[in-house]
Amino acid sequence: MFIVPLVIVGLLILFIWFIYNDLVTVKMRVKEAWSQIDVQLNRRSDLIPNLVKTIKSYAKHEKEVFENVTKARSALVSATTPAAKAAAEGQFEKVLKTLFAVAENYPELKASDNYIQLQKELSDTEDKVAFARQFYNQAVMDYNTKLQLFPQTVVANMMSLKPAEFFKAGEKDRQKIEVIFDK
Amino acid sequence: MSIYNRVSENKYKTVAIMVFFTLFVATVAFLLGKSLGYGNGFVGIALIISGVSSFASFYFSDKIVLSLSGAKEADRTRDFDLYTVAENMAIAAGLPKPKVYIIEDSALNAFATGRDPEHAVVCATRGLVQKLNRRELEGVVAHEMSHIGNFDIRLMAVVSVLVGMVALIADWFTRQLWWKGRRDDDRNRISAALFLISLVLAAVSPLIATLIQLAISRRREFLADASGALLTRNPDALASALEKISADKEVLETATNATAHLFIENPFKEKKFSAWYSNLFNTHPPVEERIRILRQM
Repeated sequence: MFIVPLVIVGLLILFIWFIYNDLVTVKMRVKEAWSQIDVQLNRRSDLIPNLVKTIKSYAKHEKEVFENVTKARSALVSATTPAAKAAAEGQFEKVLKTLFAVAENYPELKASDNYIQLQKELSDTEDKVAFARQFYNQAVMDYNTKLQLFPQTVVANMMSLKPAEFFKAGEKDRQKIEVIFDK
Repeated sequence: MSIYNRVSENKYKTVAIMVFFTLFVATVAFLLGKSLGYGNGFVGIALIISGVSSFASFYFSDKIVLSLSGAKEADRTRDFDLYTVAENMAIAAGLPKPKVYIIEDSALNAFATGRDPEHAVVCATRGLVQKLNRRELEGVVAHEMSHIGNFDIRLMAVVSVLVGMVALIADWFTRQLWWKGRRDDDRNRISAALFLISLVLAAVSPLIATLIQLAISRRREFLADASGALLTRNPDALASALEKISADKEVLETATNATAHLFIENPFKEKKFSAWYSNLFNTHPPVEERIRILRQM
């Protein structure tokens, strides 16, 4: 007669064990996806000194723009949370735009191989950031959904897991959406 | 229908076809083995022979690309768009970056191979890289990455083991009939009805097995289209790439029957038959239908 409760308890432990492992896996995937965004953002900011140098050799007098770029870059590097990163990222994109606007005024610069190559690299890195962000947000959605589902939610509460933060688009393409829940 | 629904619909349909296929192969093997008066060892031997030959081609699938004439590794500076697009699709899919190859051929096509994502190879023709823009190239590479991510290379390898097994069994059966027929006592043990069924089965089963294999291949193309669109979030880019590819009538010389199902679009560009059954013999669904479904996503 001992056997029945023993089997039930055993099955329960097995069940919790599976859910626990699954949750840990999904959580690690979010972490990994986040580090991929970091890799791509760093990649982009590594391109900047080269770009600034190239533009500087043609446009020496645009000191203010260069200073802004440097500032925005270090802000991006020091941001850590998804929200701070997204904000710094939006700022950085704005500054980059002014940099390219400056370059527009120098036809020789625009025609130089170095500049063309750097532009290609930058737009490719934009793509990489966008896809890394898409993959991260997908991972976050999977994870957050699991936290809400039953019975995962019970185990998640025991592990005191918190929902992960989405990486939101920068200021420029963020639209104000207000969600109102009717009672 | 949303992209997500398309992906799961295609997965379910593949499972359904695979279950049906396995049942079919088991029935053929059982009936033919039975009517010859052999046990299951007969079936086992066929499975082993077919398995070994297919496994070799599966395991070395990423090396096959090297033996294709003219395929060489892409260079990041020279083939910047193809190379970086492959990197980007790997990021979007969360897979390791595949090896990227280019075939120096002006025909428009691309394929993927490799037994798992770690050994994946994406290969495109020079013509494709030149004629498609970056977004269209992204669509094509995403389709290929989806073949890799969905383990289609593995699935098709399993299917070809089963098809090979059916062919072997049917072949043996017809051979054995010659000398089995002379032994009268054996013949009496086989009921006439079973014998007749077996005869018909031996004749048609290789064809049926091949048709099922092609049906699975077409299903996986639809799936790769849908999950590729999920990576790029841009199904229209793949649709317009497919339009360009199908408008081009050049045949890719390096493709063979064994590799045809790997390509993004049927490399032989056969003339369009108007008969209703022509689709049954294709590795790829009609391109018009693929484009129509992509445009609706």
